[in-house]
Amino acid sequence: MKSRTDDLNKISTESYMQTVFRRFRRHHLAAYSLIILAVLCGAAVLAPIIAPYDPDEIVGSFRGAPCKEFWLGTDQIGRDVFSRLLYATRISLLVGVMATLISTVIGVILGLFAGYFGGVADMIIMRFTDMVMSFPYILLVLVAASIFKPGLWNIILILGFVDWPGIARLVRGNVLSLRETNFVKGNIVAGMPLRHILFSEILPNTVAPILVYATSVLAISMLDEAALSFLGMGVQPPTASLGNMLNGAQSLTVLTDQPWLWIPAGLMIVVLVVAINFVGDALRDALDPNSEKR
Amino acid sequence: MGKYILKRILIAIPVLIGITIIDYGIMCMAGSPLAMLQGPRVSMGALEAKKIALGLDKPFYAQYFIWLGQLLHGNMGYSVKSYQSVSSLIGSHLGPTLLLMGVSLIISLFIAIPAGIYSAIHQYSKGDYTVVTLSFLGSSIPGFFLSLLLIYVFTVKLGILPSSGMSTLGVEATAGDVARHMIMPVIVLAASMAGSNIRYIRSAVLEILQQDYLRTARAKGIGRFKVIYKHALRNALVPIVTVIGMEIPVLFGGAIIIEQVFSWPGLGLMTMSAISNRDYPVIMGVCLLSAVVVLVGNLITDILYALVDPTIQLQ
Repeated sequence: MKSRTDDLNKISTESYMQTVFRRFRRHHLAAYSLIILAVLCGAAVLAPIIAPYDPDEIVGSFRGAPCKEFWLGTDQIGRDVFSRLLYATRISLLVGVMATLISTVIGVILGLFAGYFGGVADMIIMRFTDMVMSFPYILLVLVAASIFKPGLWNIILILGFVDWPGIARLVRGNVLSLRETNFVKGNIVAGMPLRHILFSEILPNTVAPILVYATSVLAISMLDEAALSFLGMGVQPPTASLGNMLNGAQSLTVLTDQPWLWIPAGLMIVVLVVAINFVGDALRDALDPNSEKR
Repeated sequence: MGKYILKRILIAIPVLIGITIIDYGIMCMAGSPLAMLQGPRVSMGALEAKKIALGLDKPFYAQYFIWLGQLLHGNMGYSVKSYQSVSSLIGSHLGPTLLLMGVSLIISLFIAIPAGIYSAIHQYSKGDYTVVTLSFLGSSIPGFFLSLLLIYVFTVKLGILPSSGMSTLGVEATAGDVARHMIMPVIVLAASMAGSNIRYIRSAVLEILQQDYLRTARAKGIGRFKVIYKHALRNALVPIVTVIGMEIPVLFGGAIIIEQVFSWPGLGLMTMSAISNRDYPVIMGVCLLSAVVVLVGNLITDILYALVDPTIQLQ
């Protein structure tokens, strides 16, 4: 009995971040995923230090099998696959994070305006959102990618400009209910400037669901980058990305005889995306104020 | 009901027109399809004549209105590449895609519905964790990577499944042959769909299991089996309908890459070649078709809601 009251005391005094962290750790898979993500991100950021070779330099024989010298073998023109994998992870994470940032910013701004002002602004913004959503997503990305010159920054911009409608809808819904709360009404009565109300009062109260949604956008945009680069419409060689490392597997000899050229990159995508999804799932539970019941 | 459907259709029309405008705008930024025809053997005069024949000499908005006007007469234009009419091109490629999509959708539902319900009923058990983990894996693995793995295992190593096309070349197509060609693409599409659907159905059923009417049913002592299969499942139909509605645009898009990998002769393969040839009339046709499919899918979902759940009032 005593320990239970102790527990309650502890809970009531811990900060919000501590609560979130405690709940997050309960999701074991997510806790491990976070560690794996941290290691992979670290490896990606430190790629220039860790990588044994220059990713674009020819250092060995053509299509050499994995050995002590080249951990994952060498590719068609003799570049080290392990070094390329590290740099590819770096590029793919960069594309994912930047695209997510862009789409989150667009989604949040449009959602805030639509929800707060309502009326005609809301109507126009939401119809536009409907339009973007009614497009078969990958078709839009493919058409855009084929039109604008494929390349790193174009892929980031395309994915960023396509991924925002979900966030816009989410933010709009939250703003609609927050607008009716007393603290926002209080701010309006007090004559606070609009910018303050939108970004300092309403936005902080809708950060949690945005964060959860952003993790799924991150996962989706990394998958899309991989698919586009695989089709040859994304990041262009010689820059390595996880998708264009798999591109070589479209040829039958690589697929059958050199599995070290494509399986590591594919597994890297799967591990990254699964880990991001698990972390998102755990965040959803941890940030939900009603999840203490269980 | 009739009034509601009419209202929804009237809302959908401006969205559809907006989509065609965005579409056309992107196409115009892309540059001329004639660039693809250019070559040492094509004279400038011939190109000029072609330009006028295709109406490319007129300004952007004029081209758009001509296209729209033709569309209202049921004419979607002609392919710049093969001179076939877009509607017949789409018509001849639609069958294989619908077959692939339909079978994948049905199989994914057969996996996702029982798995999602099982997982919800046995929440926090080992089985639940296994199902949820597998579902995350299913939705996280890129379709093309799974395709490559399957081809590696079943075609290259075991040599038991064909890796491309819809039927064996030179042999008359039989249902069994087509089915063999379909196994791998269907596995890939169904795995990714089932992955996200399991979690959706699981959380929906969990919510239903906490409802008061189920507590009442349990309190009456009618037995676990009846509570779940009679009282809970009927109410789980609503989320299942939502899942089907959500899947339609995903299917349409996901099929493009999978068709490309497996050379499945459907809309996706046609679209990819149209994109690389800058065959605008065909791309516009496919975009329009898919937008219509998505909007009709949304409408049908809303109508099904009303049929499944009598408490939903359509205004």
